[in-house]
Amino acid sequence: MLLDILIITIKIILGISWLLTLTLILTWVERKESAVVQDRIGANRASILGIRIFGLFQPLADAIKMMFKEDFIPPFSNKFLHTIAPFLSFFFAVVTLAAIPFGNEIVIGSKVIPLQIMRMNVGLVYILAMFSLGIYGIIIGGWASNNKYTLLGGMRGTAQLISYEIALALSLVGLIMIYPSLELNKIVQYQGDLFFGIIPKWGVILQPLGFFIFLIAGMAETKRVPFDLPEGESEIIGFYTEYSGMKFGLFMMTDFVEVILISALITTLFFGGWQIPYLHSDGFHFPWGGKVILNQWIIILLQVLSFNIKVAFFCWLLVLARWTYPRYRYDQLMNLGWKLLIPLSFVNILGTGLVLNLI
Amino acid sequence: MIKSLFFLWEFLKGIYITARHFWINIFFNFFKLIGFKIREKGSVTIQYPEEKKELAYRHRSLHRILSREDGSPRCVACLLCMTVCPSECIYVEAEEDPNPEIQKRPALFIIDISRCCFCGFCVEACPEDALRMDTNIVELAEYKREKLIYELDKLVKISNGKIQMSNLN
Repeated sequence: MLLDILIITIKIILGISWLLTLTLILTWVERKESAVVQDRIGANRASILGIRIFGLFQPLADAIKMMFKEDFIPPFSNKFLHTIAPFLSFFFAVVTLAAIPFGNEIVIGSKVIPLQIMRMNVGLVYILAMFSLGIYGIIIGGWASNNKYTLLGGMRGTAQLISYEIALALSLVGLIMIYPSLELNKIVQYQGDLFFGIIPKWGVILQPLGFFIFLIAGMAETKRVPFDLPEGESEIIGFYTEYSGMKFGLFMMTDFVEVILISALITTLFFGGWQIPYLHSDGFHFPWGGKVILNQWIIILLQVLSFNIKVAFFCWLLVLARWTYPRYRYDQLMNLGWKLLIPLSFVNILGTGLVLNLI
Repeated sequence: MIKSLFFLWEFLKGIYITARHFWINIFFNFFKLIGFKIREKGSVTIQYPEEKKELAYRHRSLHRILSREDGSPRCVACLLCMTVCPSECIYVEAEEDPNPEIQKRPALFIIDISRCCFCGFCVEACPEDALRMDTNIVELAEYKREKLIYELDKLVKISNGKIQMSNLN
């Protein structure tokens, strides 16, 4: 019993430090990638004792700046709700991590340690629920600031996130029909099978339309640029206008955490999670007859590495999309959500059902 | 709204362009990092304090006053520069020169750089070619306003880029 508590504590600490480290690195990636896309160099001056390493200390400098800024609570705001809103937003983004599998499982003697903070059989529903609850951070933050612009921003954000929540959930129905489980590790295990003995059964191959809808709806969930109507930093004023210091920093970090989590979800659901094609529990079995037997620890290392590389790729893609597209107008956003993505996801469900029936 | 499906192609084109920029620049930056000499730079940034852009040939920078062979300033205190200056930053006070050929010399020659707009009219007005703006010194910022008031001996000392700002003050 005590051992179980210890193991789960270590897993939580490792998971959260993984997420927060990746968040810090992602702020650096955001600066650097935007710079490289626009033929610039990007932030490279932050240094410790003259060591710069491509400006990798920039996130630390940002964090220190955020910490030491004045944390101003406007006198006309609702103080309790104003304080709690960024924490709600951040909390509901971070707890989503609990259901995401980083690897299969470690077997030591009779002990089986799943590389997943919590192996629950409602994993996918849990993640969608937590994403929905994250809306509270926005609407409470907008309302408690007692400012008409933040209220409007909060309303826009809520409307956007609720609309895209539907498309996000519906795009996964087809996936659940193919991989009959809500438990993310099971979904990943199903994706280890092979089509005709060659093609891995990844979600993106079986559900290309679902992947497309999930990618767009997921981008909308992160509230970043093509869909940044709640924030609208450049001209329409957003829901965290009245925030400063680390509370504003928490809202910023929530965005980055959501980028990572959406990338992790895309990886888990559509790109085989920790699966590497032809890697089974005892080594590589190639369809053309080759066989490489590997140690259990090397296999786990490869699985975690494969998961991380896929997540890094999707983080890169989402940041690239953020620096490519202009923002949607509000009516275009609603049209895209309700008139295109949701009907398309129904088409996807219908098509999947038909194909499954015929086979 | 089916129409917006046709935008998809344009979306893909857009992300292809940014991704192409990204990978080409990463490629060049990587080669530069491992010390490979290539013509393309990977970025258009000039990292200012370490790396300076070359100024144009006719760039108007800090003034200097030229000297004769014997070392005295060429200025004859004709007050033309003071008259033509649109921002009224030059102040010249004349005194008698012992040499009857020259007759006048400046007792005071002050340029207030904090007011100067670097139009170059004073250079054009000068009949003796005493005043020029070709020092290529452009980093003129100071912490105190008094330091921006340049007097005659300071202006004479600045020879063409040889004296750096740090030695001047």
